[in-house]
Amino acid sequence: MKSDRRDFVLTAGKLLVLTAPAAAYLEAVETGKAEEPAYKNNEHYWGMIVDVEKCIGCGNCVRACKTENDVPLEPYFFRTWVERYHVAEAKEHPDVDSPDGGYNGFPEKYAAGDGAKSFFVPKLCNACAHSPCTQVCPVGATFESPDGAVLVDKTYCLGCRYCVQACPYGCRFIDPRTNTVDKCNLCYHRITKGLTTACCESCPTGARQLVDLKDPKDPVHEFLRTHKIQVLKPQLATGAKVFYNGLDGSVR
Amino acid sequence: MNRFVKDKEHLFRMAALFAAGVVLFLIFKAVLVPEGFGVYGHYRAGALADNRVRAPRFAGRAACVECHTDERDAWKGGKHAGVGCEACHGALAKHAADPSAEKPVKPDPRTICFTCHLANAAKPRKFPQMDPKNHFDGGACNGCHSPHAPDKEPKK
Repeated sequence: MKSDRRDFVLTAGKLLVLTAPAAAYLEAVETGKAEEPAYKNNEHYWGMIVDVEKCIGCGNCVRACKTENDVPLEPYFFRTWVERYHVAEAKEHPDVDSPDGGYNGFPEKYAAGDGAKSFFVPKLCNACAHSPCTQVCPVGATFESPDGAVLVDKTYCLGCRYCVQACPYGCRFIDPRTNTVDKCNLCYHRITKGLTTACCESCPTGARQLVDLKDPKDPVHEFLRTHKIQVLKPQLATGAKVFYNGLDGSVR
Repeated sequence: MNRFVKDKEHLFRMAALFAAGVVLFLIFKAVLVPEGFGVYGHYRAGALADNRVRAPRFAGRAACVECHTDERDAWKGGKHAGVGCEACHGALAKHAADPSAEKPVKPDPRTICFTCHLANAAKPRKFPQMDPKNHFDGGACNGCHSPHAPDKEPKK
C-alpha cells in the first residue's frame, strides 16, 4: 500500500486523539482511582440548621433516627431527641421535659393560654469543629472527620466514658450491646452517598436541614445571612455547626 | 587522640545499644499502630470508611417518586410538598431497592395525621392543628382531606 504524507498525518492525528483517554484510563488503573467512590471528604463540610420556629414536636426525627441507626429502643439511648420548654414569666428556670425523648410525641401537659411560652427544641450532636469530646479520648477512637462530622471508631473505643462526660450537650451514650460509645454521626453512611440524614428526610416541616458549608450553592449561606442564628452554649467555644434559628435564651 | 582511641570500645557498645533500642521502637510502632493512623489526624483513617458501610433504611423521596409518578404529581405543589414520603409511610429502602421484597403498609388514616396535627400548646401558632373533640367525628381523616395535597385537591 502506498502511503503519502497526507495519509500519514491523518492516521497520526486519529491516533493522537486516542492517547488522552488511554492515558487517563491507565492513570486511573494504576492509582486505583477507578474503584474509589466518588465521595471526597475534602469537598464537604457538614452541619445542620434547626429551625425552632418550625418544630412541631411530632417525634418523627427521633423515630427515624432509631430506625436508621439501630439505636436501642429503651428511652435513655438517643442520637437525637426533642425537648419541650415551658417558660413562665415569673419563674427563674424553665420547665423542660422530654417524654421518651419525644419518641411518642408530646402528650399535652400545659393548658393553652396559661401565660407561658412553650416550644420544642430538637437536639443532636452539634458536630463541633473544636469538640471537647474528641479531645479527651485517650486512644483516638473519636475524632472530627475532615468533612465536619464527629465520628466514633467502634473497633478502637475502650468504652471508658470520658467523652460521654466531656460532651457539654449530652449527645453521647454507651451502647449496652457493644459497650462502646455511640452518638449521632450525621448519618455519615447516608450523607456520603448523596442522601440527607434520616431525621431531615422524615422531618415534615423542614425544621431540620442538613447543610454543606463548603457547597457554595447550598441555601445555608443565604439562611445564615438572613436569620438571627445561635448555637447551643456559645460560651464554650466548641465551634458547634448545628445552627438554631429562633432559639430562646432559656434553652441550655 | 590516644585517649579517644583507647576509649572507643565503650562508645561502640553504647551506640549498638542505642541502635537496638531504635530498632525495637520501630518494630513496636509498626506492630501496635494501626494502618492509616495519623493520615488525617490522631485516629485511624479507615474509621471513616467503617462509618460509611451501613446500608440506608430510608430511601429518600427522590427514590420514591421515580416509580410513584401519580403520587408525585398529586403531592407536588401542595401543602404537603415539603413532607417526605417516608415521614408517613415509614422507612422503605428495601422496597425501593426491590419492590417485591417489602410491601409498605398503608398508614392508618384515623391516627397518622395526629402525629403532626394534634393540638399542642408548644406547637407554633401558625401550624394547623386540631383537637379531635371539636373536629373529629370518628371517621378517617382522608374521608374529607386528601393526604398528599390537602389544599390542592378539593374536599370530598
